[in-house]
Amino acid sequence: NSELFTLTYGALVTQLCKDYENDEDVNKQLDKMGYNIGVRLIEDFLARSSVGRCHDFRETADVIAKIAFKMYLGITPSITNWSPGGDEFSLILENNPLVDFVELPDNHSSLIYSNLLCGVLRGALEMVQMAVDVKFVQDTLKGDSVTEIRMKFIRRIEDNLPAGEE
Amino acid sequence: MADEALFLLLHSEMVAGLYRAAEQGEGENGRCTAKLEGMGFRVGQGLIERFTKDTARFKDELDIMKFICKDFWTTVFKKQIDNLRTNHQGIYVLQDNKFRLLTQMSAGKQYLEHAPKYLAFTCGLIRGGLSNLGIKSIVTAEVSSMPACKLFSEYSVI
Repeated sequence: NSELFTLTYGALVTQLCKDYENDEDVNKQLDKMGYNIGVRLIEDFLARSSVGRCHDFRETADVIAKIAFKMYLGITPSITNWSPGGDEFSLILENNPLVDFVELPDNHSSLIYSNLLCGVLRGALEMVQMAVDVKFVQDTLKGDSVTEIRMKFIRRIEDNLPAGEE
Repeated sequence: MADEALFLLLHSEMVAGLYRAAEQGEGENGRCTAKLEGMGFRVGQGLIERFTKDTARFKDELDIMKFICKDFWTTVFKKQIDNLRTNHQGIYVLQDNKFRLLTQMSAGKQYLEHAPKYLAFTCGLIRGGLSNLGIKSIVTAEVSSMPACKLFSEYSVI
């Protein structure tokens, strides 16, 4: 039933492109909405996956790729390109379900179509005390051979503050 | 195979996001419902294309409506419509006693005034589906006690 989600996501991006004049604003909106979804999705994830606390970023990467992505999008990205310090890695998606049936028109070359995913990851990890930076570095929609998401660990969030609603 | 939780959260955030933007002066309230309905319409059209690729031709209007109530509703909302009524003159009433998009909101009258926002997309979904099956319709919804809802579909043949 991925089509319902894929089609709905497509309709959302289309609507946002109409509402906001430039791609940058759409990218920001997608990130913000993703964040709001992520902070709630994590609860669903923790309840259904019975995954315990991750001890380091490598474990986190494994959980994200092998359990979370599988559970929610039915795909298992591969994990590559670890930084020497172990604080950065890439998720490689051979195929991205969000972009089934999608083509980017020429006048939207700066649109990061799947940017919602970055917000979701960021929001979800913030709820488990990790501040991360997430961005797309390759995108099949833009002609790259794979879709690559780069995740960077910024710091552990010590205070247990409630999620800041954006 | 995207998980249902993801769709529910996406839908919820779409409603919230649109209304948030409206409050910050990027559009008025009425437009939000129209936008949600419009999005549902596009999705409904796309979905029905995918679903009916391999099915036999529908015999008549009622046949189409039954398809919406059973197959379509099950694929989208994991259950069938609980009750379908018609006056045999183009008006159909679909009743879902446990509408998936409302079960998380409340049971009863709390937040009733917000319910229409959560039905706009679905009204569009039905209208879009019917549209690609050659039926022009107007679809509205009514909620008197959550999570039950009634959807009214009024046909005019294209």
